[in-house]
Amino acid sequence: MSVFGMLLTLLAGSWPALKTFGPKFLASKEWNPVTEQFGALAPLYGTVITSVIALLVGVPVSFGIALVITELAPRWLKRPIGVAIELLAAIPSIIYGMWGLFVFAPAFAAHLQPWLTEHIGSWPILGLLFEGPPMGIGMLTAGLILAIMIIPFMAAVMRDVFETVPASLRESAYALGCTTWEVVWRVILPYTRVGVIGGIMLGLGRALGETMAVTFVIGNAHDIHLSLFMPGNTISSTLANEFTEAVTPLYTSSLLALGLVLFVLTLVVLIISRLMLMKMRAREGERT
Amino acid sequence: MSLYARRRAVNWIGLSLSILATVFGLFWLFWLLWTLFGNGLRWIAPRLFLESTPPPGANGGLANTIVGSLILTIAGVGMGAPAGILAGTYLAEFGRTSRLGAIVRFVNDILLSAPSIIIGVFVYGLIVLRTGHFSGWAGAVALALIVLPVVVRTTENMMRLVPDGLREAAAALGAPSWKVTIVIVYRSALPGIATGVLLGMARVSGETAPLLFTALNNQFWSTDMSRPFPNLPAVIFQFAMSPYEDWQHLAWAGALLITVTILVINIAARMLLKRTRS
Repeated sequence: MSVFGMLLTLLAGSWPALKTFGPKFLASKEWNPVTEQFGALAPLYGTVITSVIALLVGVPVSFGIALVITELAPRWLKRPIGVAIELLAAIPSIIYGMWGLFVFAPAFAAHLQPWLTEHIGSWPILGLLFEGPPMGIGMLTAGLILAIMIIPFMAAVMRDVFETVPASLRESAYALGCTTWEVVWRVILPYTRVGVIGGIMLGLGRALGETMAVTFVIGNAHDIHLSLFMPGNTISSTLANEFTEAVTPLYTSSLLALGLVLFVLTLVVLIISRLMLMKMRAREGERT
Repeated sequence: MSLYARRRAVNWIGLSLSILATVFGLFWLFWLLWTLFGNGLRWIAPRLFLESTPPPGANGGLANTIVGSLILTIAGVGMGAPAGILAGTYLAEFGRTSRLGAIVRFVNDILLSAPSIIIGVFVYGLIVLRTGHFSGWAGAVALALIVLPVVVRTTENMMRLVPDGLREAAAALGAPSWKVTIVIVYRSALPGIATGVLLGMARVSGETAPLLFTALNNQFWSTDMSRPFPNLPAVIFQFAMSPYEDWQHLAWAGALLITVTILVINIAARMLLKRTRS
């Protein structure tokens, strides 16, 4: 019920903005409170790009963690690793943000960014992504911190679905002489594909809506740059920064419309992910 | 290279990378905790708990925000948890196979992972716009909406763990179904339900985004829930982003305080659960 309520409230609140700007709201990167011109493109772009970075970094890492927990670690080590990863998930996002701003970003600017510019910056197309001054804050930093934040969620789901693989399946593969890697890659992964993708979508849903951590490190500039080192903005960080400053009704309404865009985006992602996980569970039920 | 050697090499590389990934994941946890303790511990002093937030340059503590956060969390859990327990009871006892149950479960899962900032904006539209000003109650409602799905989920799971044999035995003795639920199922699922409430509490005590639009913040001592309300996360946000060093120090101390509280609640919940299972 409350999900519909949310949708309705957001829709009602954002109506004036949607009526004023029409479909152009999604396509314009203009964001000027003084002249009351608002467009969602820049924050939308930032949201998508940071989430993509987070997935690129986070998915392989959480896959590795899930693999270690289910296949490799000795029994006495499984629980501590699992608990430590879950604690990583429990730390509130504002702490990640502070740590990102005061610790990670300076370290990043001092060590990693110059290296990236030097080594990849001169490549023909990819190089454009790593140009610009090493400021520490920016899209790449935000994406990396998001990756750290969603790793525990994805690793937990992957661990759970890996454990649904029947032992007999696993053991027959080993009996045929498969290496551990082959068992994971050829037997476990195909069997759990739907669940793994569901878990990744769950992580994506988190990354899209994450607010505080991103607000600290993204730099909050209403602009679209190709370079990942430049500051940008996401929908959620725009909301967090400007909501209490919005003075005119149209301004507030535009922010609500941004919220609506974000809500619809995450709703779609989450529904897909839940349906996939449910399918996985249903199949598991059939076999037992 | 022979096929055999290549397979072994691929296996070795894959597994090493996985172990590296695990180390990578754990590395952040330790780095984060290390900086938190390194920066926060120095500023933990009795003054922190006795004085209210200062203007820049003056001495002060976080007392008003700590109390404010406690009240907000308790009010949020107080509203969210009972509703969550009841909904979870419905799902586990009566709506197990019904269509409505399936829908409620699905919507609850969505709510569980909906971004908290959207919940904040929703409550803003629902309460703050209507009443015309930010208030502690609006903050508590936002937190309650975040606690709710966590409690529903754990309550349902825990009540399902209670063996049906127990229910049937009670019913065979002539107990009506409400009595079965309250006397038998609740009693054996109680630690699990308490865990759910604790986890919900841990989740909201660090929530910042929804409070920015609802409870806002308050620099002064206040226990009036119908006015903008002091709370720790919002103050950390404001102080950490500020250019004043003494504010930043307070923010570190507050961050350490929140993190330690949440980790302690989490570990306590886990231990509670483990003790019941064994």
